[in-house]
Amino acid sequence: MGDSPILSIQNLCRDFKMGDQVVHALRGVSFDVHQGEFVTIMGTSGSGKSTMLNILGCMDKPTSGHYVLDGEHTEKLSRDALARIRGRKIGFVFQSYNLLSRTTAIENVELPLLYNSGISATERRRRALEALDMVGLTERKDHLPSQLSGGQQQRVAIARALVNDPVIILADEATGNLDTRTSYEIMMIFQELHRQGKTIAFVTHEPDIATFSERTITLRDGLVKKDETIEMQDARAAFEALPPPETYEEDG
Amino acid sequence: MSPITLAKIAIRALLRNRMRTFLSVLGIVIGVAAVITMVAMGEGSKKSIKEQMTAMGTNAIIIMPNQSRRGGVQMESSEMLEEADLIAIRENATYIDGVSPMVTVGGQAIVGNNNSPTSLSGVSADYLKIRNYEIADGVMFDDVTDRMAKVCVIGQTVVKNLFPDVEPIGKTIRYKSIPLKVIGTLKAKGSGDFGQDQDDVIFTPYQTVMKRFSATTNIRQIYANSIGEGYAQKATEEIMGILKERRSWTKPTDPFRVFTQEEMIQMVTSTSDLLSLVLTAIAGISLFVGGIGIMNIMYVSVTERTKEIGLRMAIGARGRDILLQFLFESVIISLLGGAIGIALGIAASETVKLAMNWPMSVSVTSVIVSFGVCFATGVFFGWYPARKASRLDPIEALRYE
Repeated sequence: MGDSPILSIQNLCRDFKMGDQVVHALRGVSFDVHQGEFVTIMGTSGSGKSTMLNILGCMDKPTSGHYVLDGEHTEKLSRDALARIRGRKIGFVFQSYNLLSRTTAIENVELPLLYNSGISATERRRRALEALDMVGLTERKDHLPSQLSGGQQQRVAIARALVNDPVIILADEATGNLDTRTSYEIMMIFQELHRQGKTIAFVTHEPDIATFSERTITLRDGLVKKDETIEMQDARAAFEALPPPETYEEDG
Repeated sequence: MSPITLAKIAIRALLRNRMRTFLSVLGIVIGVAAVITMVAMGEGSKKSIKEQMTAMGTNAIIIMPNQSRRGGVQMESSEMLEEADLIAIRENATYIDGVSPMVTVGGQAIVGNNNSPTSLSGVSADYLKIRNYEIADGVMFDDVTDRMAKVCVIGQTVVKNLFPDVEPIGKTIRYKSIPLKVIGTLKAKGSGDFGQDQDDVIFTPYQTVMKRFSATTNIRQIYANSIGEGYAQKATEEIMGILKERRSWTKPTDPFRVFTQEEMIQMVTSTSDLLSLVLTAIAGISLFVGGIGIMNIMYVSVTERTKEIGLRMAIGARGRDILLQFLFESVIISLLGGAIGIALGIAASETVKLAMNWPMSVSVTSVIVSFGVCFATGVFFGWYPARKASRLDPIEALRYE
């Protein structure tokens, strides 16, 4: 592939009809993301970043423009084909974790592989354990979400996003429900994944979270306002610089 | 996704809401159990009627006067059967294997202090063959040598009533003050489920009844036996021909009515068929209601799990995967209900059979059909909720609270 981008969008537009009004959520966005990049997409609410993420995640289609993910022109694909891309090429991490309740951590992690008939039950289990190990939750594999803290639940969700070895990990305000300390812990995991060569697109509205990435794309009113390469801050250092945990309340 | 994985997911989801699952299953259980029991009841009564008819003699034909009545008033004097008819049939019919009149007298048989309220049947020796009776002890009377003889052959119930402790052969019973010598006893036939006790009989030569008891020359019924199963129709026509010829009959209506075994079975079972159809339809309605229960619960379940559906779609589930997941749930509910319902229906049928001595017959067909109907119910009533789930928009579904 050489230097061809893993993700490429060109002049992406997305309109919504609200009654007789047309809302232009995206008005022509273009950028590329290359293999191994750690990008944050910033923007205030209403900037179009959620719409952006839905399209990047193949859950929505653009009104016009092109979106090529790993060589596939997604705007032409059927519902089923998009589902297949979501299952094989994308790893989602949500703000509210979205783990299945009353389902153990390991089974939550296995979930994406269930929709890939080429993977056997033993292979599924092996890969889920591997992913859980990557986020440091091996010993919690049989716990239910209700028995895990918010940070741990988000780590299970990250493991779930890793288990299908996606070409890109999409995180939607993945630290939005967490306190600063836990947020930094989560960012440490993302930075570790980045070091292992994973491509990550991280949507956030918190500027300090964005400093842990190497590139920030800022959206405003449906357009790219800024696209800059920044110096990546070390999340571990930031975490260790925080006041000691006694002064913090236990995260829930 | 493999069916096993789908089944696992469905079972887990169902176990999460045990009470709800139990109630949905119960709806189907009641429906299926009702169907199985009702069909068993209908089949049982039909079977028992058939058995009784067969016990009466498979190839039996009954001839009786054709009484044309209107408003309870006899319109014309009906032709009566007499001994000459009997002899004509016996001598001329080629499709007949045995023929016997049936003349009866009501009363009590008395021996010492014992009595038996059994009607006295005047028959000929062929009657045993026609009605499948067999001699247990002693002999049957002979039509020629015992004509008008004061002898009788008795069934086991009569033996029990009159001779509880002694050997009946050679003893004398009194019927309307006339002594009849017991020359034979019959093997027990048992009681039919709907009919009277078939062992509560006293047979005597028909001439004995006609001459000594009722002083008549008319015969109410003639029983005949066709030579084989397929010959009932031919035998009937032949008999009718003989009877008409004897009378030089020219009227368009038949002078007598002739019933074959088959016709009688049809007559009786058609009523019971209708009854079982109505019962089964009612039971079917309850199964339908159970199906609506499944549909209702599946709609609730889909709405409740909107977010789960959204997540599954986001991580790669196609609409088809979601559809199958929910369809599996409804089919599992209905099949589980079907299996339990069948077991319960069989148990209920057996209980009724034992406790109330009703004829019940669980047919394999009804079990297979019920199971099939359950599967169809699960698919049919699960389809719309499952389709609704499969068509959700993942973005909207994920946002659902």
